[in-house]
Amino acid sequence: MATKTVQLEIKRQASPDAASDWERFEVEWRPGLNVTSALMDIALNPVTADGRPTTPVTYDSNCLEEICGSCAMRINGKARMACSTLIENIEQPVRIEPLSKFPLVRDLQVDRSVLFENLKAVKAWVPIDGTYDLGPGPRVFPQEQEVSYPLSNCISCTCCMEVCPQFTEETGFVGAATIAQVRLFNNHPTGSVLKEERLRALAGDGGIQECGFAQNCVEVCPKQLPLTNAISDVSRDVLIQKAKDCLRG
Amino acid sequence: MAAPKIIVVGGGLAGLAAVIKIAEAGGSVDLFSIVPVKRSHSVCAQGGINAAKNLKGEGDSTDKHFDDTVYGGDFLANQTPVKAMCEAAPGIIDLLDRMGVPFNRTPEGLLDFRRFGGTLYHRTAFAGATTGQQLLYALDEQVRRFEAEGKVKKYEGWEFLSAIIDSKGQARGITAMDLRTMELRAFPAGAVILATGGIGAIFGKSTNSVVCTGSAQSAVFQQGAYYANGEFIQVHPTAIPGEDKLRLMSESARGEGGRVWVPRKPGDNRPPRQIPEAERLYFLEEWYPKYGNLVPRDIATRAIHKVVYENGLGIDGQPMVYLDLTHMDRATLDRKLGGILEIYEKFVGVDPHEEPMKIFPGMHYTMGGLWVDFNLMTNIPGLFGAGECEYQYHGANRLGANSLVSCIFDGFRSGPNALEFARSSSAPEGDGGAAAELARQSEINAKLIKNEGGENPFRLWRELGSTMTEHATVLRYNKGLQKADEKIISLLDRYKRVNLSDRSQWANTSFAFARQLKNMLELSRTVVLGAMLRDESRGAHYKPDFPDRNDEKFLKTTKATFTGDVAGPRLEFEDVDIQYIKPRPRRYDAAK
Repeated sequence: MATKTVQLEIKRQASPDAASDWERFEVEWRPGLNVTSALMDIALNPVTADGRPTTPVTYDSNCLEEICGSCAMRINGKARMACSTLIENIEQPVRIEPLSKFPLVRDLQVDRSVLFENLKAVKAWVPIDGTYDLGPGPRVFPQEQEVSYPLSNCISCTCCMEVCPQFTEETGFVGAATIAQVRLFNNHPTGSVLKEERLRALAGDGGIQECGFAQNCVEVCPKQLPLTNAISDVSRDVLIQKAKDCLRG
Repeated sequence: MAAPKIIVVGGGLAGLAAVIKIAEAGGSVDLFSIVPVKRSHSVCAQGGINAAKNLKGEGDSTDKHFDDTVYGGDFLANQTPVKAMCEAAPGIIDLLDRMGVPFNRTPEGLLDFRRFGGTLYHRTAFAGATTGQQLLYALDEQVRRFEAEGKVKKYEGWEFLSAIIDSKGQARGITAMDLRTMELRAFPAGAVILATGGIGAIFGKSTNSVVCTGSAQSAVFQQGAYYANGEFIQVHPTAIPGEDKLRLMSESARGEGGRVWVPRKPGDNRPPRQIPEAERLYFLEEWYPKYGNLVPRDIATRAIHKVVYENGLGIDGQPMVYLDLTHMDRATLDRKLGGILEIYEKFVGVDPHEEPMKIFPGMHYTMGGLWVDFNLMTNIPGLFGAGECEYQYHGANRLGANSLVSCIFDGFRSGPNALEFARSSSAPEGDGGAAAELARQSEINAKLIKNEGGENPFRLWRELGSTMTEHATVLRYNKGLQKADEKIISLLDRYKRVNLSDRSQWANTSFAFARQLKNMLELSRTVVLGAMLRDESRGAHYKPDFPDRNDEKFLKTTKATFTGDVAGPRLEFEDVDIQYIKPRPRRYDAAK
């Protein structure tokens, strides 16, 4: 009996300045096979479907259980995590491309450091006095924890930014992930001390007003963050902050 | 005088905790990580973090945490650092709480605690079932704050290659490689902290992340650092068997009431929910009535092995048992375990609220590691170890939810210790050996990139993984260990003919992997030979031919020294610090 195989088409690009092309691969099908395993199969035998030797595919991956956020790529046109994408659930040939909104490094690897820079810009942290022993933190009721926890599940995969029509070089939009973190830290009793600064950081160009409410972000988020709710809440707070700042002159 | 520069390698909990302490004390830090630090393997920890806060009126105390940890580790851990860790744990939880970790709460707004393996107390604070992720993010955010203030410089996407060691044997910095440009560079420093995690990749498939190769530990081991207790490898009882990795199913599933069982009748292939209670064997509850499903991991793992391989009761004759949560209320499950149930459903395609999960043990944690003194310094002055990559707290078996606390505690201690060392140390002579070390590394790279032969590095790695898993995990026989060592020697020989199908000098992942592979091969011998020498059973190290613990001969730390010889590392024994708790037999079928 012939072994069942999986057809893959992968966009290859050796470096940021090189031309891109597509290579076809065929790997053995197994139940539960995910896209990262298929990429590992290629590394074990780096030969294209038509028998031409090639290089292993460069891509980011680490935890392989959809919690580290590394392996985001476009699979059959959709931004998603390669590790949690099971081949049996998608159409073949599986077309795999890098995320398109970030500088390409090589093959499926892109540079997503812009998100970490954005988190710096909005001061996405709780400004504690120090790490010496100051006793327990503020009391937090379960109802508040249940608001914070889902926002704190963001894995920085940047899928929400990839699919956002407003996330472009022209707008400089920070994207949904960063706004959700503003919502998270403004919600924390100590974190809220920086609330005004965070809101002002989102008040200018590239800030929250760039959002066009396409709602692609919330649909694509692998961790189901309540992104559109966070955007609405922060949007309102930014407006109020603007008004206050305006009145204060 | 300018603040000394400290290098921290690894951006998981231990590394980030060290960075925070150094920056706070006015030091300046270069932080190196293969991946953006927010994607480090600590993110995978699920169930929680231990601290005897005694918020449930049970009379828990740090002394009891200390005793549970030492007993759980089968008395192999040095007691002084374990005691200090258990005493520091409640303060660490408070700090994480202040940093904004969204821990689960009681109705009164206090921290909630759950039960975990190897204890009878509610001692584990948790944030759903993604506690490691939440803790890592909290430390990552504090480090980002220091980065914004210019106190920390991150080198993400750089791989540690070696320590720079001067003519007097002191560490003076590191060499590292930029994984995009493949550029090699020497980075001088007053002290270096390795916080590079576990060695799961040596076993091929494990619950560890891709970067957990042990390559950094192995590199300094080959430069003269001792490696301690290499043979102690934790196999977690409940992992989801997978094509590419074994995905962890947290102990918290059992802490919240999950039950492990198999059908009593071999070959009973009815759907699990149609098998009546009386026809199910809840073997952990039956064999260990006092701790039940919450026996320590080594005990649960061996019990699952036994029920599958000796009693022939694996589900459908396969090496799998049920982990059942279906008797529990859906809302509670989602609030406390949501993250892991979602992972199971995504990867297996079955809803664990409705169907019992199918699980099997998988390699999970490295109890052994770089030998360090009680100040966390290796035998190479100026080189420190912190977190899973060192050996101090967990002895022969780690208790669940002790890893997160040990990593943070280590970071908090190694950071200030490294800073103090650097402040009191004299300046290096000349460049401290940087140029020579850089030249040595350039030579290795130049040779590797044009090496000729027919060996694919990923295939060699697969062979290493299956040998290690077969011979050096749950059951160990000297004959099998001998075979494994011979296999590693042959792989080291074949490695000489490794051929990179990619010879480019830009983001060449096979090249980086081939370098890691060499280090994995060298380090795996400490596991195998350490296990061979230890003719007893203790914690996770179990030899059916020597089923009992032998304190007289083996209440000792194994210390391995690299020789470069084909005979392998030289092994010696060191006494264990047992000044607080006298060793006693370890059993979990009754209260201790």
